[in-house]
Amino acid sequence: MQTIQEIDHVTQAEPMRLTALLVTCHMTRVLTVSALVYCHFIVQTSSPTALKLTEVCSSMAHTGTHSQPVRSCLLLVVVSVCVQQVHGVWPLPQQLHQSADRGCLSPQRFSFTYGRDSAAQTGCSVLDAAFKRYFSIIFPDFTKGSENRLQYVWSEPQPFVVSVSVKTGGCDGYPDEDSDESYNLSVSEGQAVLRSVTVWGALRGLESFSQLVYQDDYGSYFINKTEIVDFPRFAFRGLLLDTSRHYLPLHAILKTLDAMAYSKFNVFHWHIVDDPSFPYQSRTFPDLSNKGAFHPFTHIYTQSDVMRVIEHARMRGIRVVPEFDSPGHTQSWGKGQPGLLTPCYKGGVPSGSFGPVDPTIDTTYKFMESLLKEVKFVFPDSYVHLGGDEVSFACWQSNPNVRKFMEKMGFGKDFTKLESFYMESIMNMTAALNRTSIVWQDVFDYHERIPQDTVLEIWKGEKYQAELSRMTQAGHRVLLSAPWYINHISYGQDWRNSYAVQPQNFSGTEEQKKLVIGGEVAMWGEYVDATNLTPRLWPRACAAAERLWSNEEKTLNADLAFPRLEEFRCELLRRGIQAEPLFVGHCKHEYDGL
Amino acid sequence: MYCLLKLAPLFLAVAVCNGWLFGDFVGKQKEQDEISLWPLPQKFQSSAVAFKLSPASFQIVHAKQSSAGPSCGLLENAFRRYELHSPLFTFEPVLLYDSDLVELQVWVTSADPECDGFPSLQTDESYELSIDEPSAVLKAANVWGALRGLETFSQLVYEDYYGVNNINKTDISDFPRFAHRGILLDSSRHFLPLKVILANLEAMAMNKFNVFHWHIVDDQSFPYMSRTFPELSQKGAYHPFTHVYTPSDVKMVIEFARMRGIRVIPEFDTPGHTESWGNGQLDLLTPCYSGSSPSGTFGPVNPILNSSYDFMTQFFKEISTVFPDAYIHLGGDEVDFRCWESNPDIQKFMAQQGFGTDYSKLESFYIQRTQSKGYMVWQEVFDNGVKLKDDTVVEVWMGNKMEEELQNVTRAGFTTILSAPWYLDYISYGQDWQHYYKVEPLSFPGTDAQKKLVIGGEACLWGEYVDATNLTPRLWPRASAVAERLWSDKSVTDVGNAYNRLVQHRCRMVKRGIPAEPLFVGHCRQEYKGL
Repeated sequence: MQTIQEIDHVTQAEPMRLTALLVTCHMTRVLTVSALVYCHFIVQTSSPTALKLTEVCSSMAHTGTHSQPVRSCLLLVVVSVCVQQVHGVWPLPQQLHQSADRGCLSPQRFSFTYGRDSAAQTGCSVLDAAFKRYFSIIFPDFTKGSENRLQYVWSEPQPFVVSVSVKTGGCDGYPDEDSDESYNLSVSEGQAVLRSVTVWGALRGLESFSQLVYQDDYGSYFINKTEIVDFPRFAFRGLLLDTSRHYLPLHAILKTLDAMAYSKFNVFHWHIVDDPSFPYQSRTFPDLSNKGAFHPFTHIYTQSDVMRVIEHARMRGIRVVPEFDSPGHTQSWGKGQPGLLTPCYKGGVPSGSFGPVDPTIDTTYKFMESLLKEVKFVFPDSYVHLGGDEVSFACWQSNPNVRKFMEKMGFGKDFTKLESFYMESIMNMTAALNRTSIVWQDVFDYHERIPQDTVLEIWKGEKYQAELSRMTQAGHRVLLSAPWYINHISYGQDWRNSYAVQPQNFSGTEEQKKLVIGGEVAMWGEYVDATNLTPRLWPRACAAAERLWSNEEKTLNADLAFPRLEEFRCELLRRGIQAEPLFVGHCKHEYDGL
Repeated sequence: MYCLLKLAPLFLAVAVCNGWLFGDFVGKQKEQDEISLWPLPQKFQSSAVAFKLSPASFQIVHAKQSSAGPSCGLLENAFRRYELHSPLFTFEPVLLYDSDLVELQVWVTSADPECDGFPSLQTDESYELSIDEPSAVLKAANVWGALRGLETFSQLVYEDYYGVNNINKTDISDFPRFAHRGILLDSSRHFLPLKVILANLEAMAMNKFNVFHWHIVDDQSFPYMSRTFPELSQKGAYHPFTHVYTPSDVKMVIEFARMRGIRVIPEFDTPGHTESWGNGQLDLLTPCYSGSSPSGTFGPVNPILNSSYDFMTQFFKEISTVFPDAYIHLGGDEVDFRCWESNPDIQKFMAQQGFGTDYSKLESFYIQRTQSKGYMVWQEVFDNGVKLKDDTVVEVWMGNKMEEELQNVTRAGFTTILSAPWYLDYISYGQDWQHYYKVEPLSFPGTDAQKKLVIGGEACLWGEYVDATNLTPRLWPRASAVAERLWSDKSVTDVGNAYNRLVQHRCRMVKRGIPAEPLFVGHCRQEYKGL
């Protein structure tokens, strides 16, 4: 037996006539009891005759005849059934079994509950907030007040309960590198059971659940019978935003975190400061942003802004890893911290310009230690990104004090040794603070001795496979971002390039492959600010999200992924994320902002 | 004076802060306040003498001698817009101070100010602007020139460090280099909600563009709701109710554009690019054959049936009443001949007409029979030797041999517009606006008379990868580069100078609510607030 909604579902091109059908049925009230009735799981098969039959019946209904013809037409429809509709999940779960059987959901009778055996119960901050969030995501019309209430005249809403059970509590903690994000989801008639080890796994499961729910043309919500067993392929699935080259208002960052959760990203790499500006308002060194930000009041992140970002991210199972890149990329630091940067010389006298951090004086290390202590205090994550990329040696070379220091240390003319000396000090400092350092590949390329637990990030586009081999051979954990610099734009569907990346396809042992802990999508800020950030990120970043989460074997074919990604981008729009189109086409609910 | 006294402590506080907290920062801010006109006026003289403008007392008024008065709705509307646009009301806290400049008098000199008219290709958009105490005067032949002058005036106003509006003593005499300065938007590959179109008309006015080339329908969808043939959008749009432009939507676009001195030229591209037409108009398209039987797919408009021409005549009759502009764009590009070739009826017709196997002759035959009022066509129509009316505008869009094409089209005596170098849908990393900026439309070899036939150009944003989510930041400020090329003098080519002005201009657009993307590293005082 099926509801009136299924009939509607078949004939998308005939909304007017079907409304007429609805109204006619309404008058034949007796039918609603005997034939239409309740929301059941029904078998759907693809049948071209379905359309024709429904057209016949709708035109019959249109003529305003009474219960008898309507009844027979309904019977016809019930026999001929609907077009198959299976809804995808992005990124693709490790194991997904969907049946064509589907059930109705109605917001009035829908609920999330904690399983009896769950370690988390009401009062669990992360999951309580997630239930609230996902309710509106699953039923977008309910909160927008545009719900079609008429549908409930035809079908008695059935209860649907999503029961969530987690093994361990930890509702007030932060996700970290060892967080277990796996979950099992089983959707059957009237209920869904979501089981996970941690609350973070439950968040991933709720996201998948929300993507399984879909609406037909008349606003009814459905979900198919589904079994999912899911876990991430890589533990570190990051996205880098650059808030120095352009300031990103807080709401742009928060929105990005929302969208990250939809794609199951779990690390926000916050490249918070760089040469152009220093928007981080330090409690220890307030002059850094007072003098180094684009504007000391409007273009900064206050301590409470940072806390808000961290909490918003935590609620979505996202770690916040800040990057304080040194010794290069620090022009803006120098404004608020005199004596930090190396004075460059020209013809024996200071030229007035400054280079990288001055690695030859004690005050530099004292400053860095205080700053890193503050970073440890402010950012709860166990990782800190220390940068270390693209250090220009010209200024160091020009400075007589630096040259003297080089001599004293026996570095000869090799300035990479000086850089290594500096980075090693900073990395040791970080280790002493009980934090794991991430550094850009340059540090590895220049330096033989790097503390073993340092995580290396590959960013140079050419030959990244060889770099993966070398780094893992040296026993380091590695992050890959080189092929995912999506600030580089081009005409067409460049998401396919991101999708084709195979992070473990390099020569090395199984042990080496395991050292690839994940990757990052990077959106550098030279040409990006709040005006264009979101459409440039989404859905392009989704390609890497799937590569980092899903089974590679099952997701090699971009053409197969295309329709699912297209659908997902429309879903992002529905959720208020300004995700750009993949190609010609349309979404039922277009973006309605500007 | 009383006001000033009351504010003295505040000024003092700001001044103290100033030296104490961020000495360096003041310097940066001043730089940002430099005047940055875009596009650069033809003649421009400015002195360092600055006048204060107070939001409380300054107003835009009709000059006594002006032929336009309070009954001129178009100007009244513009006055209000520019009062809001100029930073007059936007900076908080609002300080009270006296205005040095009391008013801007707008003086329309022609007997007919054209308040209720529509701009056209012949419209005189020149204006003169003189900023001096106690009144500034904007003089223009008609309302269209006045609109351009108002935009310039609004760009002259700048905020000093304390949030006081200033304007320098200035004399401007300005006119466009080219008469046709267009933006093409494609609402078929993706539907563009009305809001996006209107916002972009607003941005066009900020950049003195004057033609909205509305590529309204194409293969993918037919969102134009026709009164005569409602089935076209009912069956050809992505959705018959949510993804269509109703007659009142179209009216609104035209009126919104008129208010900003912008012409709306619709494009109904035929005989190719018409797949979506076929959904609602049976037998309009050519049935393609596979072997000796119809394959079930359709090609271009069927040029051998009288019914096709009857339909086109009726349809274009509607179009010419709905769209007031003297021009309609008939398309005519990229006609794929394979389907025609496959169809036995068409083969027979070709033989009858003596066209041999030259299908461009068939296309010519079609185009000649569908001619309507003034029209524009894509370059292929000219290339294929279709006999065109003298006042036809040929649009050059193919990147290769662009100069040769301009030469040929103008040698044949046709007016032409250039869009080949300005396909803004082709994106790349970095500051591609500079490429658009460096284009010189008249660099092709030819006589002066030939050069005069180049009446302008268009920046095109085709819709394969563009919809409401990314249209505006993708178009602006990249299209601004084209705007200056088409408006300002040929000699205005300094990219460095343009960069500095354009950085300010894009911040101005952001401040006015247009999410124009950044040119490079940096910031705006007021960042984009939407999202």
